[in-house]
Amino acid sequence: MTKRLLVVLSLLIAACMAISGPVAAADQIVKIATQSPLSGDQSAVGVDIKRGAELALEQLSGPLTKMGFKFELAAFDDQANPDAGVANAKRIVSDPAILAVVGHYNSGVQIPSSEVYHTSGLANVSPANTNPKVTTRGYMEVNRIVGRDDVQGVVGADFAFGKKVKSVFVVHDKTAYGQGIAEFFKQRAQEKGMKVLGFEGTEEKANFDSLLSPILAGNPDLVYFGGMYSQAAVLFKQAREKGYMGMFLSDDGFDSSDAVKIGGQTLLDGGGTFYSTVSGPASIYPGTAKFVSDFNAKYNAAPQPFAAQGYDSMGICLKAIEAAAKANGDKLPTREAVTKAIRALQDYVGITGKFTFNSIGDPTIAKYFVIKVSSPDPVKWNDNPVVETLDIAPPPPK
Amino acid sequence: MKRFLKSINVHELLRPLGQLIFFSLGSTVVLSAIALVLALILDRTVVGQTLFERLNVSLYTYTLVNLPQVAIDGLTIGFVYAAIALGYTMVYGVLEFINFAHSEIFAVGAFVGVEILIALDKFGILTGASLVMAYVYLILAIVGGMLAAGALAVAVERVAYRPLRHASRLVPLISAIGVSFLLQDVIRLVESLTTGQFNRIFPTFGNFDRRVILGKMTMGATNITLGVSYKSIIVIVSAVLMLVALNYLVNATKIGKAIRAVAQDHPTASLMGIDVNRIISLTFLVGGMLGGAAGVLYALKFTRIDAFVGFFPGLKAFTAAVLGGIGNMTGALLGGIVLGMLETFAGSYMGVFTMGAAGTEYKDIFAFSILILVLIFRPQGLMGANVAQKA
Repeated sequence: MTKRLLVVLSLLIAACMAISGPVAAADQIVKIATQSPLSGDQSAVGVDIKRGAELALEQLSGPLTKMGFKFELAAFDDQANPDAGVANAKRIVSDPAILAVVGHYNSGVQIPSSEVYHTSGLANVSPANTNPKVTTRGYMEVNRIVGRDDVQGVVGADFAFGKKVKSVFVVHDKTAYGQGIAEFFKQRAQEKGMKVLGFEGTEEKANFDSLLSPILAGNPDLVYFGGMYSQAAVLFKQAREKGYMGMFLSDDGFDSSDAVKIGGQTLLDGGGTFYSTVSGPASIYPGTAKFVSDFNAKYNAAPQPFAAQGYDSMGICLKAIEAAAKANGDKLPTREAVTKAIRALQDYVGITGKFTFNSIGDPTIAKYFVIKVSSPDPVKWNDNPVVETLDIAPPPPK
Repeated sequence: MKRFLKSINVHELLRPLGQLIFFSLGSTVVLSAIALVLALILDRTVVGQTLFERLNVSLYTYTLVNLPQVAIDGLTIGFVYAAIALGYTMVYGVLEFINFAHSEIFAVGAFVGVEILIALDKFGILTGASLVMAYVYLILAIVGGMLAAGALAVAVERVAYRPLRHASRLVPLISAIGVSFLLQDVIRLVESLTTGQFNRIFPTFGNFDRRVILGKMTMGATNITLGVSYKSIIVIVSAVLMLVALNYLVNATKIGKAIRAVAQDHPTASLMGIDVNRIISLTFLVGGMLGGAAGVLYALKFTRIDAFVGFFPGLKAFTAAVLGGIGNMTGALLGGIVLGMLETFAGSYMGVFTMGAAGTEYKDIFAFSILILVLIFRPQGLMGANVAQKA
């Protein structure tokens, strides 16, 4: 009995191999991977990065389909977790049909995962990662289409200067992200002649009483927080409750409707609350009207932040593959050729801007926004008005 | 009625109140004196000059003007620590082991209370609530948190500790650490399955966020407003009520007598007709209820909670229990108040005294250094003398 089963099984396996081999070669399947958190508490953004990329693949792969390629999306869930991201990266590079990766929401996941892409020469376009280290390692394979934290800190300080802020107290969450932004903010604030009354790091999540004593004593015009909303909103609320009436400013970690769930009306009182970000609501970009309506039609939901960036990242990958294929006589290009083609793109017109990459993969001009919290109702978070839009070049690569 | 009034032991009602007032005032006075002396010494040095350049005020004035607010903040958190520390100390009293799962029992109390309020908020009951009703709902949440936490504490004792009661002392300790991790992830699992959210947020209602303004003081170029928020008052008042009630239960009732007997000697207590297992369960119930109420109060004061919210308050409260002398209830009160005061004083003044080199983020180093010093000279804790006779 077992013998017969074995024979049947081995026949089956042989048959499968016979079928699958030639078919794959004939169809010229090309895959583009996405990596973003599809599960867990950041999945709202992660899923929409994937959807944005999916929509771009549908709408923009026309020229390549005519050349005889069949495009597929390979979506991976990095769970906002470096371990999961690296494990996925290893699976991605071992699939020869994958020519590029659109990916990662968290810099902490992108940085280790891109080490894997780098060693295998696989191109990566990031829709959302802002840590300077993403590009400053100088990898040929890694590019991003958003701004950088070191510029975002400067944007915050310049905004404060424009609001005639004279003194500021800087708090950060001691992470690479929060402390990084806060240090760039502080440096710029001092250059602009603002008085920095204090620079404090804290991992405290609940009781800010003792941190608030020196803040209230100094009564600065502005309190800046570098880090995530879950700490920032609690700090801001407690500061208001203790009678601080100045202005609050934070970074793109503050961009969550939970911030007003925590802070409520206190964020609107006094000098109000502002945050800087590298990704405005999709409607702020001039080219996104069609994208928003298409997205709504297909997924029956409004796009979250970074969905439009997911669309553009995919568009860049497709454009580069097309260029590389043309150079290769309409045949499937190598990963190396795609990597070079992405870096060589000039003024790719996407829906969130025009993109050309510099020698380390930063966009030559990136958009930064300062947004004002305008309603204590969490549902209205996306209606927060943009008070400032800036186009800034990245710091020159070293 | 008269007989009922007569049966109340007034002395046992007043004694803990007196202790609380004495401990609060005592630690305020001692710590203020230390801060002021330090300020006077440092005023002539570069520290004072730096502050003067920055805020146009002398270090001594700065310290003095900030003192009342710092003391109020320190007391508020101190009472929360004391309420949690009592849970550790009571369990230690009867079983002589540290119930490390107590921090999660605290967290469960916080979650149940907040979930009740979020549910009420969803039905729109909270937004239009009058002031009286707002307090009724808050009490409802606190009671809900107490019941859930108390029941959980009893269940944990029955499942994870009772079978190990005669094993070596380290075994239930490890079991407690295991339960602690287990409960953290159970909370997280339940939250992610039901609400899908990591952070839970205490709804805004009533007048809890507002402040009673006590006065204004001028300090250099700025004004310092001295005030207490309603929620701090609620936290302090409820903590005091609970502490007094617990003290009465343990020191002036028959059940309390049984608890004390079990704490002294299990076999002898059972020979006297005390059901030791029931008393131990009761101890867990009372300790758990206190922890649960502290959880809801903590959520009220600090707004945001997550599944790991119990870890730091639990650790601090355990420290407070050890500082005061573990197993001793008065000691837990003293330890909680002293630790809360110490960390708030350290956090508020260290940044200024060190010219920003060691700011608020190092407050725990300071508080725990004091703990180490105390334990070097008084290993039994501040009030530990009563425990020594037991061991």
